[in-house]
Amino acid sequence: MNPIVTVAAKEFRDGLRNRWVLSIAIIFAVMATGLAYFGSAAAGQVGFTSLSTTIISLASLAVFIIPLIALMLAYDGIVGEDESGTLLLLLTYPLSRWQLLCGKMLGHGVIMAFSTLVGFGSAALIMGLFAPDISWSELAIPFSLFILSAVLLGWIFIAFAYVISVSVTEKSKAAGLALIVWFLFVLVFDLGLLGVLVGTQGDVDADLFPYLLLLNPTDIFRLVNITYFADQQLSGLMAIAEHVRLSTTALLVSLLVWLSLPVVLALALFNRRAL
Amino acid sequence: MTNIVELVGVEKRYQSVRALEPLDLLLPEGEVLGLFGHNGAGKTTTIKLILGLIKASAGSVRVFGQDPTFSESRKERQQLGFLQENVSFYDQLTGVEVLRYFARLKGIQTSECHRLLDQVGLKAAAGRRVKTYSKGMRQRLGLAQALLGNPKLLLLDEPTVGLDPLATQDFYHRIGQLKEQGCTVVLCSHVLPGVEKYIDRAMIMGKGKVLAQGSLNDLRQQAELPLVLNVKGSGLQVPESIQSRATVLEDGVSMHLSLQEKMPVMQHMLAQAGVTDIDLHLPSLEDLYTHYTRTCVGHEMEGVL
Repeated sequence: MNPIVTVAAKEFRDGLRNRWVLSIAIIFAVMATGLAYFGSAAAGQVGFTSLSTTIISLASLAVFIIPLIALMLAYDGIVGEDESGTLLLLLTYPLSRWQLLCGKMLGHGVIMAFSTLVGFGSAALIMGLFAPDISWSELAIPFSLFILSAVLLGWIFIAFAYVISVSVTEKSKAAGLALIVWFLFVLVFDLGLLGVLVGTQGDVDADLFPYLLLLNPTDIFRLVNITYFADQQLSGLMAIAEHVRLSTTALLVSLLVWLSLPVVLALALFNRRAL
Repeated sequence: MTNIVELVGVEKRYQSVRALEPLDLLLPEGEVLGLFGHNGAGKTTTIKLILGLIKASAGSVRVFGQDPTFSESRKERQQLGFLQENVSFYDQLTGVEVLRYFARLKGIQTSECHRLLDQVGLKAAAGRRVKTYSKGMRQRLGLAQALLGNPKLLLLDEPTVGLDPLATQDFYHRIGQLKEQGCTVVLCSHVLPGVEKYIDRAMIMGKGKVLAQGSLNDLRQQAELPLVLNVKGSGLQVPESIQSRATVLEDGVSMHLSLQEKMPVMQHMLAQAGVTDIDLHLPSLEDLYTHYTRTCVGHEMEGVL
């Protein structure tokens, strides 16, 4: 068997054993069904809300949770093996460093994709079965798009986690850095952008500014899901993207670009890692 | 006879620190080498160089006739078994799952796994998760891993740590078997007792230098450590030349001899009528180790310890 597949299969089995797969799937399923059912509680009613409201609030919540889960899942991928001594051992086996790293990333990627699909997929199933106003055909495309973009977002942060994991020598340091990465991408970047907008009193190139959102994968993820419901009134930072409507394909491609960058970086750094 | 490992003038520097002074080491097929030294003596660096995990700063490293750091020589690693110190395997997997994982990576039949687990005495625990294993069991799992695919070159760092005396004997016995099949073995250790019988050659290292190298007999001769001859009996006559090195005990006499003096003195003593018992102590590997690390590294080392 190809060594990449062997490593990935072992990683996935580990994920099943330590309940990562199950936990992630349950979190996602509860989150999605909860938002769908109680999403309009603030408006004084309980029951399934409209699909667009559900997806949009789901996207704004998932944007915090998914990167966090991905970083927690994979931050010790390499540094953990180093600490337990198995990294040294594995590198004396007939497999190269890039094969080991790709196998590990693939394994974690499959864990993430599988639990996202099962978690959000089961929520979609519940909505399709029990929500009175939502038909299957209505549900299919936006939910598939949501799951696809969620998986991509998870993969991007897994790759970030590996960049961290290959560059440090202690697990605790990797955990700290993972937290910082999460904080920067999920909170600081948007605040900074808003700050610029407010500070210049909106006097920035309206055509250029939306493209700045492409510098953050979490914003791209939200754009993918929000722009699908083009009729929705956009709020907050997302509103600045209204001037330039990027196509869904373009947004998905930019997520793929975002995925490839940390993967390449992690591979390059791992090749230079001293033992 | 072909050399499995050839290190010629190999050096390793980390920035300005010299981890390994120029070193020559030729390991012919089927030889068992004991590599001894303190922590930081250069043992692990030597092993890593042989494994191709690090590049030598100078000199040439050849394993199975190839530079082990080249990617082309990666397939040669199939013939190589390695176990380092303090490895802890994947806690969530069972013993047999861990071993199968490594077997697949090595590209060998996973059917071998159960036989190997049986050999290292883990048959009953094969289906249990590694997190329930004791330290000795983990070590045995590590050994099974190193023995996967009948390696031609086996590098073992502190292989007997955590093993009980019986398991240690089993392990040494297994090394003997492998040696007979033509496997070259490097045993790296600072725990010495019991290993003497199983090694062909010893290399003692300290501070990145080779302090001594050779068979135990060579080392004994070089070190000129006295051997101790205890003779029991009454009315014993000690040869005049060694009288200064003899102590009279209650029921006999104890003498410090050089290797050359051994036979003449023993004959002299045995010829006497009053002898009831005779007992000869050769300097052990431990004595040699202490001798070489003391004399060559000096008192600096003791300060560290």
